[in-house]
Amino acid sequence: MRGYPRDDGRKGIRNVIAVAYLVECAHHVAREIVAPYRDAAHLIGFPGCFPNAYAQRMLTRLCTHPNVGGVLLVSLGCESFDRHALSEAIRQSGRPVQTLVIQRDGGTRATIEAGHRAIQMMRSEIADTPIVGMDLSELVVGTVCGGSDGTSGLTGNPAVGCAFDLLVDAGAVCVFEETGELIGCEDLMAARAATPELAREIRASVDKAAAYYATLGFGSFAAGNAEGGLTTIEEKSLGAYAKSGQSPISGLIKPGDVPPRGGLYLMDVVPDGEVRFGFPNISDNAEIVEMMASGAHLTLFVTGRGSVVGSALAPVIKIAANPDMYERLEDDMDVNAGRIISKGATVEEVGRAILDLTVRVAGGHPTKSEELGHTEFILTYKSFEPLGPACLPV
Amino acid sequence: MTDKRLLLISPADNVFVLRGVVEAGETIALEQGVTRVPARLGLGHKIARHAIGRGQEIVKYGAPIGSATSDIAAGSHVHVHNVKSDYTPTFALTASSEEVPL
Repeated sequence: MRGYPRDDGRKGIRNVIAVAYLVECAHHVAREIVAPYRDAAHLIGFPGCFPNAYAQRMLTRLCTHPNVGGVLLVSLGCESFDRHALSEAIRQSGRPVQTLVIQRDGGTRATIEAGHRAIQMMRSEIADTPIVGMDLSELVVGTVCGGSDGTSGLTGNPAVGCAFDLLVDAGAVCVFEETGELIGCEDLMAARAATPELAREIRASVDKAAAYYATLGFGSFAAGNAEGGLTTIEEKSLGAYAKSGQSPISGLIKPGDVPPRGGLYLMDVVPDGEVRFGFPNISDNAEIVEMMASGAHLTLFVTGRGSVVGSALAPVIKIAANPDMYERLEDDMDVNAGRIISKGATVEEVGRAILDLTVRVAGGHPTKSEELGHTEFILTYKSFEPLGPACLPV
Repeated sequence: MTDKRLLLISPADNVFVLRGVVEAGETIALEQGVTRVPARLGLGHKIARHAIGRGQEIVKYGAPIGSATSDIAAGSHVHVHNVKSDYTPTFALTASSEEVPL
């Protein structure tokens, strides 16, 4: 494996330019700036005009993500997002950064042209970023599942759990999440916590998720989950939980917290306090974005019904849980875990195949979604309290 | 011997998971007797391993995944029509007639 060294000691497995719009009103201009440079530049951003500490923190973490070599900020000019603080944080991370302000720089056409010049300059500036060796212990891997069905918990999720165990043994950071999709697993997870205090924090995070979703009136459960044979949120949860493998749980983090050392971490994605701003994560990419904000270099995405998404900034490895879906969507799938059902492969065989592919993708091999140009991204309003001291025991 | 299309994940489970599609009218061998399937069942769906009474827990992966909302006969499809979550209610769509289910 090899990586791009960054000033904070982390290494990137990609070296992309992030183009970030700071309000929806700047989205079109930012998209047009990226359009001719799709391989070199990825579009991210925040649509809201009201200030939000979570969004500020998330974009700060994402613009200083190890896979990012340089940043172009695109502001309308009058939005509440603090572009000055963001730009300063990027500058301090040692990355080239430039801010375009549409109202100052002459409107749509002039800003797009200025953006193209900025990308060309930045591209040559980061072209000579050194490449150094990278060890598995320096890798941060997230996992999500989306479009789950009755096969997810039998094939793809346990296989990712096996890959996670191998990665944790090698010293990597592994992050699993969606406390709202772990409702019903609280006792099982608490028993794996590194300390009794962490076990209490894990239980509290699932209680919070259950109360939050109960207030909203819907669980984290889509209509397609039921068509695929899943009946209740707790059934979906038990299947999803298999992604975490067997390692002890080293800590509980919130979006944007970077795990301090190798191990398995649970991410609490449900906002703190009263129910505000709607559903915690409105679709799968919101979860991938939060994993990236916590430093994930890549994401292992298990899907039963067949999600086709990728992500901006960090590669997504798609693992097909359902063998019939794999036949239909092979062009979108990196791994066929469905062969555990259809061809009698073992969970461990597929888990090792996922680990091997993870190493190759970290070394530069493109995933299916990267080849197809998928760079989905979504960031919406949330609010969090800082982590309690018991969440990251030494 | 049970049908090879049936998967018992944990010995504590009171449901089997289908490893493949079972078409309407086909028969399936359970531990006790054989049952005829009235309507097509998709891969990953569940059927009752034995009779489950109304209000009883449905157990899969050795853990409760909800409660029966009616009496369920051995071999019957176990799904949103006869099970409720013990946490938050399930949202499902009714398929339109022109869409063939996967």
